[in-house]
Amino acid sequence: MPILALSNVSKRFGALTVADAVSFELRQGEALGIIGPNGAGKSTLFNLITGNIAADAGTIVFDGRDVTKLPPMQRCLAGVGRSFQIPQPFEKLTVFENLLVAGAFGAKKTEAEVGDRCAEILVETGLIGRANHPAGGLSLLQRKRLELARALATEPRLLLLDEIAGGLTEDECGMLVDTIRTIHRAGMSIIWIEHVLHALNSVVERLLVLNFGKIIGMGTPDAVMASREVREIYLGIEV
Amino acid sequence: MTDLTLTRWKVETRTKASSAFAIVAALIILLALAAPLYLSRSVLQDLFFILTLLVLAQNWNLLAGYAGLVSVGQQAFVGFGAYAMFALVILGGFDPLAAILLAGIASALLAIPTAFFLFRLQGAYFAIGSWVIAEVVRLALAQWKMLGGGTGTSLPREATRDMPALKLIGELFGVKSSGAGDILTYWLALLLAIATIGLVYRLLRSKQGLGLAAVRDNQEAARSVGVDARRMKTLVYLAAAFGTGLCGALIYVQKARISPDAAFSVIDWTAYVIFIVVIGGIGTIEGPIVGVIVFYILQNLLADYGSWYLLILGLIGIVIMLFAPRGLWGLFAERTGIQLFPVRRRLIGGPVPVAKKGGPHG
Ligand SMILES: Nc1ncnc2c1ncn2[C@@H]1O[C@H](COP(=O)(O)OP(=O)(O)OP(=O)(O)O)[C@@H](O)[C@H]1O
Ligand SMILES: [Mg+2]
Repeated sequence: MPILALSNVSKRFGALTVADAVSFELRQGEALGIIGPNGAGKSTLFNLITGNIAADAGTIVFDGRDVTKLPPMQRCLAGVGRSFQIPQPFEKLTVFENLLVAGAFGAKKTEAEVGDRCAEILVETGLIGRANHPAGGLSLLQRKRLELARALATEPRLLLLDEIAGGLTEDECGMLVDTIRTIHRAGMSIIWIEHVLHALNSVVERLLVLNFGKIIGMGTPDAVMASREVREIYLGIEV
Repeated sequence: MTDLTLTRWKVETRTKASSAFAIVAALIILLALAAPLYLSRSVLQDLFFILTLLVLAQNWNLLAGYAGLVSVGQQAFVGFGAYAMFALVILGGFDPLAAILLAGIASALLAIPTAFFLFRLQGAYFAIGSWVIAEVVRLALAQWKMLGGGTGTSLPREATRDMPALKLIGELFGVKSSGAGDILTYWLALLLAIATIGLVYRLLRSKQGLGLAAVRDNQEAARSVGVDARRMKTLVYLAAAFGTGLCGALIYVQKARISPDAAFSVIDWTAYVIFIVVIGGIGTIEGPIVGVIVFYILQNLLADYGSWYLLILGLIGIVIMLFAPRGLWGLFAERTGIQLFPVRRRLIGGPVPVAKKGGPHG
């Protein structure tokens, strides 16, 4: 059984179609990359999966359960963890407290039960040195790491990552890829939106290409990158 | 830095200042409890006034400072609690003490339908809606002829004089029933203030308090990490209605005379309260305590200036908001790092380089 299955999911903002009968399945433990030009509807697709935006049509099944109508909180409890493209930290809380909230509520445990795990995640994501600082004082890079760390703290079974590698140096990007690969090897199902293709392709098993809310290609990274349509669209935005 | 040693992680909220303060607070409470032994009636009445304002301020702070629910209609619950108490005593023959508690419950019940209406509104509309509700409740109660309609009514003297608690206090302190009444209401206000601060502090230190802080900072993100933002806000709204209604009933047991205009006064029960919270420091427990003291001093200093009083109060409020947006306590805490009611969960131990280890200030 796939961990996530979308069938004919559609969403319009006024005249703009941002999801056009999107259907795909994600296998348990699979890592899927999503690429596409700016404004293609990638982040919107995440918001549809997490419930932050309600779908106009179609169904979303997570782990065998129809979650199409559920609010974001319920989907998080069901096991969907997400990062926001524009980081949304709890600014007045410390970095550690940001994770503590996510752990205590997202994983339905007591603060005492999740404290150690939150500390470990901070070590894994390189934020431990900032643990007791207010999240509002973090740099953009640290905020992106916090997005990843906080999503992990909810103990998700599906991790949605939205452009967390943009703007990183080569070394930082390498470290991030290592972190995500480790998480993935431990069995986590992941969907990762990223413009940094080499980072993405070194982790994911399949790529999904989105353009104007439509899936225009799906398959192994090599096969997708070889397709003419994808090359044209990508060349289109690369210049 | 990333090698995990065997040292365990520990989470702590206590600070040195807070441990010392706990002792001081216990002493203050003891002194305050014994106050009727060494303070005059008029001072007790002043203290009653301060304590009840403090309770209202803590409730409003919980609502606006922690749950982000900026209500300008909390006088609805002061007035409703007061009227419920009057109705229970005059029409139901209840003991005023029991009536205070029941009035709190009645206010919480009133908050259920008003929450249903208000939670559909956002930001400024929420504030306006809360005020409209207060007006509606006031107009409705002003129709209640048995409680004096628009002109109001008084508590029958027997009802307050014959309270068993009063007799006991009267004998104990050797005072007449009016003096005993002041002692009793003072003690109740003190108890209510301590209980309110204690409960708010407990809430903030609990998991729910952490969730509330997350909702305040970023509701969208809070929902995405599994926090039920709506439920959290509703519970705070109901709790604040209970505390505010209870306090309203207590205030009017002491006043013993009620009218719709006084009981639903937006100036007395909301504007002053907001002033107190804002100048003291919103979103902290210490803030309203500092605020109420400053307010009381100002009120006494400005008592002779008649209608200029409100204007000057407003100006001071604006100046403080401009130069100390987080209030007087916020300013002080920022400079000194002192927190008397710490809620921060600090991660210590483990392989972290501990921040201020060995520093002169520890
Ligand atoms: N809440 C909204 N209301 C109206 N339009 C929206 C809303 N959210 C997104 N859009 C529009 O929908 C389109 C798709 O946005 P989306 O954020 O999903 O794109 P994206 O593929 O993530 O782009 P990027 O690579 O720049 O992040 C854009 O044109 C955007 O302006
Ligand atoms: Mg996007």
